Parts: sequence; structure tokens; C-alpha cells
Amino acid sequence: MLKQMEGSHAVAEAVALCRPEVICAYPISPQTHIVEGVGEMVKAGKITNCEFINVESEFAAMSVAIGSSATGARTYTATASQGLLFMVEAVYNASGLGLPIVMTVANRAIGAPINIWNDHSDSISQRDSGWIQLFAETNQEALDLHIQAFKLAEELSLPVMVCMDGFILTHAYERVDIPTQEQVDAFLPPYEPRQVLDTHAPVSIGAMVGPEAFTEVRYLAHEKQMQALDLIPKLAGEFKTIFGRDSGGLVRPYRTEDAETIVIAMGSVLGTIKDTVDEMRDAGVKIGVLGVISFRPFPLDAVREAIKHAKRVVVLEKTFAVGIGGILATDVRTSFFGFGIQIESYTVIAGLGGRPITKASLHELFEKAGRDDLPRLTFLDLDWKVVNKQLERERKMRRSGPAAENILRDVSSTAAHLG
Amino acid sequence: MFEVRIHGRGGQGVVTAAEMLSIAAFEEAHHAQAFPSFGSERTGAPVVAFCRIAEKEIRLREPIMEPDALIIQDPTLLQSVDVFSGLKKDGFILINTKSTFEELGLADYVRDWPADRLCTLAATDLGLKHVGRPMPNVPLLAGFAALSGVIKLESVIMAINAKFSGKVAAGNIAGATEAFELVRARIESARKEAAHA
Repeated sequence: MLKQMEGSHAVAEAVALCRPEVICAYPISPQTHIVEGVGEMVKAGKITNCEFINVESEFAAMSVAIGSSATGARTYTATASQGLLFMVEAVYNASGLGLPIVMTVANRAIGAPINIWNDHSDSISQRDSGWIQLFAETNQEALDLHIQAFKLAEELSLPVMVCMDGFILTHAYERVDIPTQEQVDAFLPPYEPRQVLDTHAPVSIGAMVGPEAFTEVRYLAHEKQMQALDLIPKLAGEFKTIFGRDSGGLVRPYRTEDAETIVIAMGSVLGTIKDTVDEMRDAGVKIGVLGVISFRPFPLDAVREAIKHAKRVVVLEKTFAVGIGGILATDVRTSFFGFGIQIESYTVIAGLGGRPITKASLHELFEKAGRDDLPRLTFLDLDWKVVNKQLERERKMRRSGPAAENILRDVSSTAAHLG
Repeated sequence: MFEVRIHGRGGQGVVTAAEMLSIAAFEEAHHAQAFPSFGSERTGAPVVAFCRIAEKEIRLREPIMEPDALIIQDPTLLQSVDVFSGLKKDGFILINTKSTFEELGLADYVRDWPADRLCTLAATDLGLKHVGRPMPNVPLLAGFAALSGVIKLESVIMAINAKFSGKVAAGNIAGATEAFELVRARIESARKEAAHA
């Protein structure tokens, strides 16, 4: 049924339709509306056979999720930003133990400097945690990916993060198609654990593993993610059969067939990029965009297949690895390195801490890329004047003061604020 | 695509107004996207919310920088915020005030503007009268429907019923209806004056 609603509430509806049995959460903006929504539905009896547990911290949220998932309950939680960092030890345990928890990450920057706005630094910091990470482009896809995530997680016995842009998606009202309970039930069978703490067939979960077997257990974690590379497109296909929509999958190409320049990105910025690509196509520029939905596992073959004919790729990412540059860009380069494919590749860091990514900036960026007139690493819309002023200050004065405070002063003396 | 930017202060229902506008547009089978300017949400602080309305899927996620219409929920913002930034020429302007554009010092800015695209409305008073709270957002939304013709009053009422219930919904519907009629009468007289001029 088509509805105009907030992204967070759409996700809450999707989670409810998945018949979760334990929801444990500690509220942290911008995902708060999601757990508020499911909390209300549990209380009102709209989600039956489900326990909603208010925990005292994010660390407790993931710990409770581990416990409930290990006893065979379909388990959901949500977090963002510092909240995700606070639960990290348990995040690694959830994947290391192979527990199929589904967690929404309403993507947000991590501090310091403290910042409540959107970028991808939080979930990308958990790149190597062993969780599957799927990135939604729209609220419809966020909703759909949650339904797919439970099935994917439970088939593989691996936890899945569904990543959606904080505020930009979570707080946006847009049209979504809410599926029926019958559709979701047809797609997602009741949870049948591959491992479970069961008093009738007792096992222990969480053995200490020494050097004699640690590598083998860790390899199997990798093997399972490789299995996900096959399962993710298969589930997207099954999903389409029942729900009639293209959602999920590994990657999503748009106008890439004959493209000389292919932009690669994740999440909601793909929409703005598609609009820019359409305008440039109208002007005769051979440009396309490849959305990466599955960041972990990273679909090396699918990415290579989509870009191998291009002259260049522009990887635009909402986070970066301080001290080297791109993260997604490094993965993209891995996809074609050693295959005898000659592609120029440019890394663009954009949208950090909620800075809007505008069509105007993207036009300029992609035009420069088309002329191969772009540095290998670009920070989109970086204010060099402000940066250089601070660098100068640091050169001249030993006690030059905290960078964030200095830069804020410099910015507020020049910027015209909208509101 | 039709783009609306709403300026106000924290506590005035600015974000709710944008969301309701998107619901009203959705009820008329348009695609609509509403989102706030994600600042720290403090009572009294300047707040901006946005709404796009289109006939196909809206993919763009940048803030609205060149709006087709402005709703200004608090005229004191005129002194501190560049509310008119990027407004398209001849765009719609609706301001919550008892004053006129001239009295607000905007005579020069709107000199060449078509008179039927400008309106002021004492929306806070309408909120007080009908809901018992100084909430200008719903009357302004209905006023905007009358001013722009982009959405119908019936759709605004559907949006009210989606967001509120009981007495609050009834009060808001009464406030919206009065605001719609007030603005419609003003626009009609502005058009008549323009025709005679």
C-alpha cells in the first residue's frame, strides 16, 4: 500500500512485518524514531510474540541481541554514530559467533569534532567486523532491505547491518509501498537457527579457540561472506517475484553501458548523482553511475564487470581513511587491479558531517574528471582559505589553539547562514 | 518540479508543515519529498524545512536553494536570516504577520512582483483562535494552498487528519479553512486590481 511517511517509520513498519521476537535498543538520533515506532507497535500489540527491551546502553543493546539471537529468537536493534562505536566489542562478537542479528545503522559522522549529521563514518568503521553491510538508496529500498536482511542473515547465520543515510533518509517524508503481511510471510519463513542454545539439545557457543583452529574459524567467516555474494542477488530476485520491485542486489548500474566516466557511490547521494548524470547525458557526455548496495561482502566481480569498459571511475564516498584517502575507492581499485584493465581512478570525499552534496558541485567535479583534470584525491567543496589560515596559524604559533574552535570562528565571520 | 522552503523557529511546527505539505501533495497523486534542515532542534532557533513536489520520482537530495515558493512563519527572521536567498523571480511569498510587505520594509524587494504571488496572513492569531496555541503552521499551509493553487484545501485537511486527531484536528481544520478563504479573497482582489490597473 502506497503511503507518504517518514523513512524511520517506514523501516519500523518493515521490521514489524518481519515478525521480530526480540527488539533491544538504546535510543540515539537519528534512528530513535525507528525504535520508538517498533516500541509503540509492540506495546499496542501490533507486533505479537515480541519482547521490547529497553537497555541501558548500546553495549547492552548488542549484548542482549547476542543473547536473544543465540537462544533462537529473531532479533533486531538499531543504532548510529557514537552508539555503534560504543557497542563495537559486542559487534565483533555477534559476527564471530555467527548470530543472524539485523541492525539498522542510520549513518552519521563520528566525533571529534562532535557532529550529529550524516556521513558514512560509523558503519564503515565496522568494515572489517564481519557483518554484512547493505546500503539503501531510498526509503523504499531501506524498507525492502530490512525484509531481505532477515532472510539473508538467517540463511547464512551472519549478522547484517542495513545502512541508511541518517536524517537525509531517516527524517525524509516520501512515498513508500508498504508490503502486506502475506507478502512478507511468503518471502521470509519463521527463523530456523543453524545453531541454538536449546536445553533439549545442549551445546555451548563461544569457545576459546587457540592457534590450532583460529585461522580456520576466521576463514569460514570469509567463506560465508563469499556465499553472500551469491545469495544477495538470488534473494533480490525472489523479492522481485513476490513484491514486484527491484530492491537490493550487489550493485546497481545506471546508464553505464557506453559510459566513458562511471561514478561509484553508496546510499542516498546516488539520487542526486543520477539527476546530474541525466543532465550531462542530455549534453552529450558519456557518463553513468554505479551504486554499490553490498559494501560487505564487496562484490569485486560485479563491480569489475560494470566498469571494465570505462575510461575512468570517480569514486565518491562519504567517509575517508585519514592518512591514505578513499576506502570504497581502494575496494574499487582492487576489483580491476591485475586484470589488465586500464582505468583512471579518482577518489572524491564528499558530504562529511552533513555537508550537502549539490548538483552544481557534482557537475563541476564530473566535468573536471572527464578532462582527467582531477587530483587523485579530492575533498569536494573544501574551503581552502579556512584550511590554509589554520595551517598558517599552526606554523606561526605553538599554542595555536584547538583547530575546530579556530575554524568555526573563521567560518562564522564569513558565511551567510540560511538558518 | 515545484520547490517550497519554509522558514520559522523551533516550536512553530516548521518541519511538520513541510511534512504535511508532502502528504497533501501525495493525496493528489504527486510525488513529494519533505525534509528538515537537520539542525539542533531548539525552541526559538531558526529552522528551515523543505518540500519538493513533482510528477515523477524525486531523486534529488540537496537542500532547496532556488525555491519556487517561500513560507515565512516568523517575520522576525527577516532581520537575521537571508530567507529570500535563491528565490525564483516571481516566486510565491507567504509571510505570517499582521503587517503588509511595505510595513515589513520589503516594498523594494517585491516592487516588480505580481501582486497575486504575495500574501501576508496573521496565522499565529488563527492558530490561537482555533487551536488555542500560537501555532501558525497549519493556517499558513492552507493559505499557501490558496495562494499557489499547488494543492487543494481538501488535501490540506487530509494531511491534518493524518497528523492530528480529535479536537486538535477539528481546530486545525477550522483554522485552515478560515486561512484558505482569507488568502483566496485577498488574491482575488489583488487580481482584480491588477486587471483594472
